[in-house]
Amino acid sequence: MTALLEIRGLKAEIDGRQILNGLDLTVNKGEIHAIMGPNGAGKSTLSYVLSGKPGYEITGGEVLFNGEDLLAMDPDERAAKGLFLAFQYPLEIPGVATLTFLRTALNAQRRKRGEEELSSPDVLKRVRELAKQLNIDPEMLKRPLNVGFSGGEKKRNETLQMALLEPKLCVLDETDSGLDIDALRIVADGVNRLRASDRGMIVITHYQRLLDYIVPDVVHVLSAGRIVKTGGKELALELEATGYAQYQNEAA
Amino acid sequence: MAAVQETVDRVRQIDVDQYRYGFETIIESEKAPKGLSEDTVRYISAKKNEPAWMLEWRLEAYRRWLTMEEPKWARVEYPKIDFQDIYYYSAPKPKKTIGSIDEIDPEILETYKKLGIPLREIEALEGVVRPEGERKIAVDAVFDSVSVATTFQKELKQAGVIFMPISEAIREHPELVKQYLGTVVPTSDNFYATLNSAVFSDGSFVYVPPGVRCPMELSTYFRINERNTGQFERTLIIADKGAYVSYLEGCTAPQRDENQLHAAVVELVTLDDAEIKYSTVQNWYPGNSEGKGGIYNFVTKRGDCRGNNSKISWTQVETGSAITWKYPSCILRGDNSRGEFYSIAISNGFQQVDSGTKMIHLGKNTSSRIISKGIAAGKSQNTYRGLVTAHRKATGARNFTACDSLLIGDKCGAHTVPYIEAKNSSATFEHEATTSKISEDVLFYCIQRGLSQEEAVGLVVNGFVKDVLQQLPMEFAVEAQKLISISLEGSVG
Repeated sequence: MTALLEIRGLKAEIDGRQILNGLDLTVNKGEIHAIMGPNGAGKSTLSYVLSGKPGYEITGGEVLFNGEDLLAMDPDERAAKGLFLAFQYPLEIPGVATLTFLRTALNAQRRKRGEEELSSPDVLKRVRELAKQLNIDPEMLKRPLNVGFSGGEKKRNETLQMALLEPKLCVLDETDSGLDIDALRIVADGVNRLRASDRGMIVITHYQRLLDYIVPDVVHVLSAGRIVKTGGKELALELEATGYAQYQNEAA
Repeated sequence: MAAVQETVDRVRQIDVDQYRYGFETIIESEKAPKGLSEDTVRYISAKKNEPAWMLEWRLEAYRRWLTMEEPKWARVEYPKIDFQDIYYYSAPKPKKTIGSIDEIDPEILETYKKLGIPLREIEALEGVVRPEGERKIAVDAVFDSVSVATTFQKELKQAGVIFMPISEAIREHPELVKQYLGTVVPTSDNFYATLNSAVFSDGSFVYVPPGVRCPMELSTYFRINERNTGQFERTLIIADKGAYVSYLEGCTAPQRDENQLHAAVVELVTLDDAEIKYSTVQNWYPGNSEGKGGIYNFVTKRGDCRGNNSKISWTQVETGSAITWKYPSCILRGDNSRGEFYSIAISNGFQQVDSGTKMIHLGKNTSSRIISKGIAAGKSQNTYRGLVTAHRKATGARNFTACDSLLIGDKCGAHTVPYIEAKNSSATFEHEATTSKISEDVLFYCIQRGLSQEEAVGLVVNGFVKDVLQQLPMEFAVEAQKLISISLEGSVG
């Protein structure tokens, strides 16, 4: 069976600074992998390199997504093939209603996959159902995307987009940052609903807290641009107790 | 960063192919001898069978023009215009006198068809399945120097609305034309307005009688076809007491290597409690990737809120022309009158835009609102220039101005030049201005959701201009949205 995502010896740099330093990671369908690590370990860089953010230079290694060369694809193509990044800091787009954005994104992906576009009423119906599950006020759908949204609203909105777009691989970058415990629970519930046998997830987080709600199958420790330790969900608890210091030393 | 870099690269490749209305119609035309003299003025006046007073009016303007100098204060650069190297009148040679639409040269009909302008009322009525509630639109089509067709005349006449080429109005409604022509933009107003007064050939005339709400949108479609020809249209719209009219103009021209001059004058008058909503979608040929060719759009547009409680609203979507020099303005003469100016000005390639408005508060408790959105891409320069002034008797004058500029790439410029003068201490003027670059991170966010680069830029820009797009009549808002995307296709692929 082909792995959903296979990263081999990935090296990447930005502005001449090497951030990823021979990273290996395999995510199979149905699995949730947590990636934990100290600040500056390369957690966000990994999410940006996977999603194709401009400015990062790949200096080594390869990434296969469903057996295809991910790094050769344009970022929008990666999205259409089912790679979704839930941003740590979702961006604001003044003047563009949230619903308009959702519809534009969904139909852009469908078009790229050669599927028929959905009509506005059809999109609205789907979005409304999903919004309800995430406790999102329908009024929010009319507001410009993320403009004036609270931290919790932004993250719920990311989850809503993820649910609507039905990606194959979800990369959640520090989804817990800026969330109080209630908001965290709502978002985690939303994410858990998206667990599926044909979908993989990479949950990037600094704190163990999120993993109480989104329970991973595998936990990795990322330090200095490499996976330095892999274990079960208990590894997260262990880290909570001991901190990252030992891994930073190990990497150095 | 890379995505913006890509945009910038694509801007460099901007090509004449991006302009979709650049075709030429091959027809025989009748032209005045090249150049400008009293004879040219007489020629035009004679062609239009004008009464003597009109010829005198023109000649006076011409003599005045000879003493005037071209204005130099705008932030635009262009080689000196040789006013003797222009044809001031060009008309498609009629096969015979035109009595009905079927007698219009089929080439011209085809031209308007290509442009998507319905001249056949039957098509306008039955051509496409129209969304419920969509209004009918009457069209006056001006081809080079003459009006070739005006639709829905009969229906408008029933409502008492006069909508006809101004050349006809001069003959058929001389009293109205005499009463209002040149009262908002005097013949001596400025170099280009004075030139227009001398040589204007056609344009639209609208009169809405007291208490009448015009039953449909009115629109004029201007097309420059002939080479080396200037287009000098003149539009005069009068909304009598308590009347309302919404008017839209659209413009295109073939792509040519030489620059062509378009110097229009538009005058609006609202009497007590009347309202005029004037929308423009300007898409003259902007020139090619090296900045060669394109229209010089030197236009004087002004509205006079002559009556109390009257209102004039300008909405413009400016995407074309090599150079735009245009300041649709409002004179708020009547007490409680209101002026509005909503503008989207997009410049790409080597385009230069110097545009804005003047809100001149004269009456008591007058108010005005200015929302300007400038988008500069390529190597273009985009300037907002605006004047807000309160006369000493303009007690309680209020203005709100918001000017936002968006830059795409790093070879373009956006400039904001506001002039504010309050001679009455009770005036309240607010001015807000922002300039931002299109954010790399926002684009990436959109692209990560599956949008292409162009789709992402289009979405962000349409969001940026939304406040203004909402002001357009619904039918045109969709068109304008498409036009904005097309204009930026020059910048993004």
